[in-house]
Amino acid sequence: MAIAKKVPEMLSKQISFCPGCGHGVVVRLIAECVEELKMEKNVIFNVGVGCYSLATPSIEADKFDTLHGRASAVATGFKRCNPDTLVISYQGDGDAYSIGIGESFSAAYRNENITVITVNNTNYGMTGGQMSATTMPGQKTTTSPLGRDCNTTGMPIKFPEMVAATFPNAAYVARGAVTTPKYVNQLKKYIMNALKAQMNNEGYSLIEVLSPCPTNWGMTPLQALGRVNKELVDYYPLGEFKTRKVK
Amino acid sequence: MKKVLIREERCKQCGICVDACPKNAISYSSEINSNGYQPVVIDDDLCNGCGICYTMCPDWVFEILGDRG
Repeated sequence: MAIAKKVPEMLSKQISFCPGCGHGVVVRLIAECVEELKMEKNVIFNVGVGCYSLATPSIEADKFDTLHGRASAVATGFKRCNPDTLVISYQGDGDAYSIGIGESFSAAYRNENITVITVNNTNYGMTGGQMSATTMPGQKTTTSPLGRDCNTTGMPIKFPEMVAATFPNAAYVARGAVTTPKYVNQLKKYIMNALKAQMNNEGYSLIEVLSPCPTNWGMTPLQALGRVNKELVDYYPLGEFKTRKVK
Repeated sequence: MKKVLIREERCKQCGICVDACPKNAISYSSEINSNGYQPVVIDDDLCNGCGICYTMCPDWVFEILGDRG
């Protein structure tokens, strides 16, 4: 028996990402979870600066475009003033891990009761594919034309592992991907757990999503999915690093 | 019987659904939409309404009708 599936009401406008970009799937999954929790009138999206800023015109819910990298700090303010509102901070890897690592880390350190969703595509997509903190060793970008040299630029950052290992009171930490139907369904479960943890006042929840960037990787959409499945999943393992104590 | 609705104007011809479809029911239309892409079409004889195209599509093109089909 086929199950009816419809894109949530709040996503009624066309989205303007590049063909094959993973952001569309992540936005849809968040909207589905918010709709299933019946929180669409009581949610606020804090969106950092990056390609995903293009998503805000398509989301018909409360949203706030924050300063670059400061989405976790702004989300903290919203949550402390409105404890009953579902606060989602939607960021990219350059926004959350390079420019905003102080704010991201401090929000985790204070165990703020917010949900942070970061989309990791291993470069700065919006400005033309520069090297970011999560660029893979040897990956060619516009600012590392010979490939990333880890002797001078360090190793790619693994923020979820860092949070799970450092802060034992964080509520939920996981990493998913959007490149196969199995990963997408798993990711929806992770996002649902994170939002439920926030509604249950359990503390900080973080989801990292591995997403393809065909335009800046110089690949077709299918080649980009293949790169995530072959190369990135080895370095950035998928799964839950910290599960909820209360089920 | 129609099992899936397609919003052709949203399609960007990335090919992810064509690759993911387990029944190989999806192909490209010969028409061109307003953005200049050839949107996907579904062969309703092959389609079984599993919804994997909905799961994988980054541009919110598909709607699975389920029992309403």
